[in-house]
Amino acid sequence: MSDRYQQLINTPIGKLVSKQVGLPQPVRLERYQPGQPVIDGAVLFGAAPGGRLAGAVTGVLAAIGAEVHTPMQEDIRTAAAGVGLDAKVFNPAAAPAEARFKALVFDATGIGSSEQLREAWAFFHPTIRRVQASGRVIILGTPPKDAQTPPEAVAQRALEGLTRSIGKEVRQGTAAQLLYVAPGAEAAIESTLRFLLSPKSAYVSGQVVRIGPSELVADDLDWERPMSGKVAVLTGASRGIGAAIAEVLARDGAHVVGVDIAAQAAELDSVTGAIGGSSLILDITSETAPVELAAHLLEHHGGVDVVVHNAGITRDKTLGRMSDELWDSVLGVNLIAPQRIDRELFGRNLMRPNGRIVLVSSISGIAGNAGQTNYSTSKAGVIGVVEAWASALARKKATINAVAPGFIETQMTAAMPIGTREAGRRMNSMAQGGLPIDVAEAIAWYANPASAGVNGNVVRVCGQSLLGA
Amino acid sequence: MNANARRVAVLGGIRIPFARQDGPYARASNQDMLTYTLDALASKFNLEGESLGEVAAGAVLKHSRDFNLTRESVLGSKLAPETPAYDVQQACGTGLEATILVANKIALGQIDAGIAAGVDTTSDAPIALNEDLREVLLEVNRANSNTQRLRALARIRPQQIVPAIPRNAEPRTGLSMGEHTAIMATEWGIGREEQDELAASSHRHLAAAYDTGFLDDLVTPFLGLERDQNLRPDSSPEKLAKLRPVFGGPDGTMTAGNSTPLSDGASSVLLASEEWAAARGIPVQAYFTEAQTAGVDYVNGSEGLLMAPAYAMPRMLDRAGRGLQDFDFYEIHEAFAAQVLCTLRAWEDPVFCRERLGRAQPLGAIDRDKLNVHGGSLGAGHPFGATGGRIVANLAKALSETGTGRGVISICAAGGLGVTAIMQAADV
Repeated sequence: MSDRYQQLINTPIGKLVSKQVGLPQPVRLERYQPGQPVIDGAVLFGAAPGGRLAGAVTGVLAAIGAEVHTPMQEDIRTAAAGVGLDAKVFNPAAAPAEARFKALVFDATGIGSSEQLREAWAFFHPTIRRVQASGRVIILGTPPKDAQTPPEAVAQRALEGLTRSIGKEVRQGTAAQLLYVAPGAEAAIESTLRFLLSPKSAYVSGQVVRIGPSELVADDLDWERPMSGKVAVLTGASRGIGAAIAEVLARDGAHVVGVDIAAQAAELDSVTGAIGGSSLILDITSETAPVELAAHLLEHHGGVDVVVHNAGITRDKTLGRMSDELWDSVLGVNLIAPQRIDRELFGRNLMRPNGRIVLVSSISGIAGNAGQTNYSTSKAGVIGVVEAWASALARKKATINAVAPGFIETQMTAAMPIGTREAGRRMNSMAQGGLPIDVAEAIAWYANPASAGVNGNVVRVCGQSLLGA
Repeated sequence: MNANARRVAVLGGIRIPFARQDGPYARASNQDMLTYTLDALASKFNLEGESLGEVAAGAVLKHSRDFNLTRESVLGSKLAPETPAYDVQQACGTGLEATILVANKIALGQIDAGIAAGVDTTSDAPIALNEDLREVLLEVNRANSNTQRLRALARIRPQQIVPAIPRNAEPRTGLSMGEHTAIMATEWGIGREEQDELAASSHRHLAAAYDTGFLDDLVTPFLGLERDQNLRPDSSPEKLAKLRPVFGGPDGTMTAGNSTPLSDGASSVLLASEEWAAARGIPVQAYFTEAQTAGVDYVNGSEGLLMAPAYAMPRMLDRAGRGLQDFDFYEIHEAFAAQVLCTLRAWEDPVFCRERLGRAQPLGAIDRDKLNVHGGSLGAGHPFGATGGRIVANLAKALSETGTGRGVISICAAGGLGVTAIMQAADV
């Protein structure tokens, strides 16, 4: 699992040599440790004139206690004053050359035409080179479908290209995201902004996140343990990414019901035992699995708040050589089981209000991969599940989202041939593989009770991989 | 204002042209300049031999022998020697604070008329003994025997000959005022261009004040100097843009052009009760109605050295029941262009007004066309103690010319101090 290249590059000689010959230079990405502030450094917040998110953004920045700088722009300063944010003033024309920011946050919702996109240029041009390593660039826009006019929709859609290119330019472990906030969803951005600003989103970059309106307001949430009192079911919990998800959900306060097959019983118990969770041995592809799971949840917890469909398998063969058994097993675990389980849980009303379904797709499901027709089909199907169920679940006050991991350092990737492995590791904006914790953090963000407005999203945890982009 | 207080009339002022350090006034002492200015005021208002309620004046850079500078100047002047006097010293706030002191005594009926004045020389600056040498000499002085005296004298070392020259630095931070202001300019994002524009307009306004004759009875020649030596009537933002930064490092925005130079000069203002003025047939130019001084913790706190006027102003406005926009003249002392711009920006800033001033609404912007319309310190120069008197006299005359309206004064001072005042026209 160790990335020897990264270790070598980060030695003094390695840095010198890699720079001279133009090799990728992966930095050590900062990752979240409990008790850390959301962001360790100054945040610069700017806005195009006429934006509608200054109040919401400054509110979050005040809540996380960030050191905030803003241009001397009346609407922003008024918003900051309104939430008690003692924001400093930043004027690029007069700022010292050494002024640096950990994050640049830009409210682009005021941009109503292609001409006004220049506002984004004006904000980023003098500031983009002031971003520190493992920094963040976050652009907030209006979902094009919610735009008032076609020119506004065009301009808002254009922000995707800007965001993705920034993600590829910034380097040094800095991530860039576009956050589309629907009108009326302004108050629902906190969990997402916290996630995207923090080291929790270390390996998420170049992503478009959509936030819709939500009636549920997470007042008095303990952001250190947001899932206190919540019950989360997690399939495939015994190892790799699953074990990391279990740990992160438990860290955030959830009771985790870890699910895995009998062959993994010992590992499963060791994972759930370490976090005070519980184990349920279940083959999720069996005919009776959904009923058994529902019965277990009813008996022990009276219901469930979060379901994470993490269990997944690969059985690689090119299509012409692939047996029906390989096809069926992959589709069965990765795509069919989650749908059957969801149907049972909703059918029996076991999902409690503000429930969460989280699925794990894959970059293969987006880009396709030779030798993985079964896997890619199942993982693209997972995206289909999210898209098909999002509005229905919204009516039930629940959400459904998926993560799509790219190259994550696991036993599975360690077993890959070196050529494929190195290509997977380096062909992304972070020039390195992600860690299971990166996927887990994204899932915990979806699962957060304050993420009620985050629905129907498929966010890649891929370091902005070139594949499928 | 206290309901029992009397109205305080500003009858007018006069000053000598301000000179640059080591210029025409290089050999003039504070006492020379102050005495001359008091005499000029006495001539202007026929005060020769008059015994006034008091003269309050001061200088920032003072010799130890000048412990009674103002009184000595009065004794040397045409005023009656019975006129009491005392020294005031509040850094660059000296002149305005002296005005407040005299005004308050008039308002309370303790005196009927008085002079507020100020002076400073950076040329004839006090140079002190080397601190080590001073200690040795004091030790010698305390000695009881010749042996002890010799032993003490034996401690004298050659390096102790180097004198202590006064520095324009804050004792508690070691930073010069310019360096402090550079920090403020960075905090408030003040750019070079806006500073240069403010400096150019200061020169332009001052030149116009001379050309239109506005300053004819406010400035009296001294030692051959007829106009402020620092004045560059042809100054422009373009010319100022060519100057090198002197504060804030190589990327700094503050230059010799948008910072006030070290200067020499003196100013004075005559204040009185209405009755006193009427009895002598001296017209009232304006009334001095409110004042407020504030301090900020620039040492341990997070506030800038010269930001105190930003705090004094709202307190004064609240007491006066006025908004920042209720004025026809804004006299903001231009210690540095950046200081003025920081202050204006702070008043406009909802965050500053909420977080630092505890106000739901910002004070707001002022009409820049009403700012320092007869020139400011960047054009005229800034002999520390004399600036307040220059401003009070300018504003009183401006209000007497319009015959209506109000003016407000804001002066920043070393030590994290700020002095503000309100004046209004005679018929308001």
